[in-house]
Amino acid sequence: MKTNDYLGEVDPLTLKKINEVLSNVFDPEIPVLSIIDLGILRNIKWENGILVVEITPTYNGCPAMNVIEWNIQAALGEAGIEHFKIKTILDPAWTTDWMSEQGKIKLQEYGIAPPQTKARIRKMFDSEESIICPRCLSNQTRLVSEYGSTACKSMYQCKACLEPFDYFKCH
Amino acid sequence: MMDKKHLLEFLLIHADTGNIIGHRLGEWCGHGPVLEQDLAMTNFALDHLGRARLLYQYAGEIDGNSKTEDDLAFLRFEYEYKNLLLAEFANTDFAFTVARQFFLDSYYMDLLEGLTNSTDQRIAQIATKSLKETSYHYKWSSEWLIRLGDGTEISHAKMQTAVNEIWEFTGEFFIPVESEIILANEGVVPSLELLKPKWKRRVEEIFSEATISIPNREYQQSGGKAGHHTEKLGYILADMQYMQRAFPGLNW
Repeated sequence: MKTNDYLGEVDPLTLKKINEVLSNVFDPEIPVLSIIDLGILRNIKWENGILVVEITPTYNGCPAMNVIEWNIQAALGEAGIEHFKIKTILDPAWTTDWMSEQGKIKLQEYGIAPPQTKARIRKMFDSEESIICPRCLSNQTRLVSEYGSTACKSMYQCKACLEPFDYFKCH
Repeated sequence: MMDKKHLLEFLLIHADTGNIIGHRLGEWCGHGPVLEQDLAMTNFALDHLGRARLLYQYAGEIDGNSKTEDDLAFLRFEYEYKNLLLAEFANTDFAFTVARQFFLDSYYMDLLEGLTNSTDQRIAQIATKSLKETSYHYKWSSEWLIRLGDGTEISHAKMQTAVNEIWEFTGEFFIPVESEIILANEGVVPSLELLKPKWKRRVEEIFSEATISIPNREYQQSGGKAGHHTEKLGYILADMQYMQRAFPGLNW
């Protein structure tokens, strides 16, 4: 792949290559998930010789987003792409429904239970039940706290193996 | 073409409200009644702060004086802040925090919903993103209002006292300032008067389940949106703005 492609015509292979570069940008708080696994990367395209990378925040105040943006800049720079801009889009709002299947497997192996259903607004006093323990795979678990160490996670405990674990909640 | 100052004012009302309520909720960090609720409140604090940033960034762009989000958040005087008065109230106790949050969340549920149809695309996008977060804040504050209101004699009394104390600061939600009237005519923001019946229904529904009575005082305080604040705001700003004033331009 020639690196000066960005100056010329849109080459689908170039985008494929860039996609590969960006698949190595990981969430700093959950370093097994790439921005592609998370569904943060929405689109990449060329506009008048400038690469436009569209990303969407998971949660409005998520501090990982700044770091992710720096890491995208570093990755693109390292790949020899000089002219690019990172654009944040908010609508449609990010949802865990966009998380890749591969990402869910990686999360589970990392010890965080992946989101288990489609995102929806829950009724009052309704919490997510029968979350599968990422360690022993039992579904006999209980919610400890709906809110956890980061905006995207809840805390659960497994009644079978007694281990506490994080659950990446549906959003 | 609508005057930019109206849009700027509207953005600051909600950016400042997010900033200040975010700060208040953040004050619970390490002080929550139980760890789980400490985490919940600080999670919400972050959501509000994130929303405030999006609004400040937009405000900075249209302001035209190359103001950054940090300038707007940290380098304005008290009378330049336009947040809703309710946001600046001290945390007092957990019941008070729940009541304050419930009133704000129930307001933002319908306001943000209305803003998703804004003729200003940027506002519509910020509203779409924020509504998702307000929905679970609203779930949390409604649940706690019911738990405490319909709980023990003591929790009920504390919840009712909190509601009584801040009731007169909810009227401001629906009393539009000039900018809001002009923007409503342009379709940029929903008409605040039209949101009131919806909000009232939410309050009645949750209060009835919580066995909390709606105070029957008529008088409503306003002024936050015009920069007239309670004495509490100055203390928050002194705290929040300390670093920027001591070390101008500090970045972290």
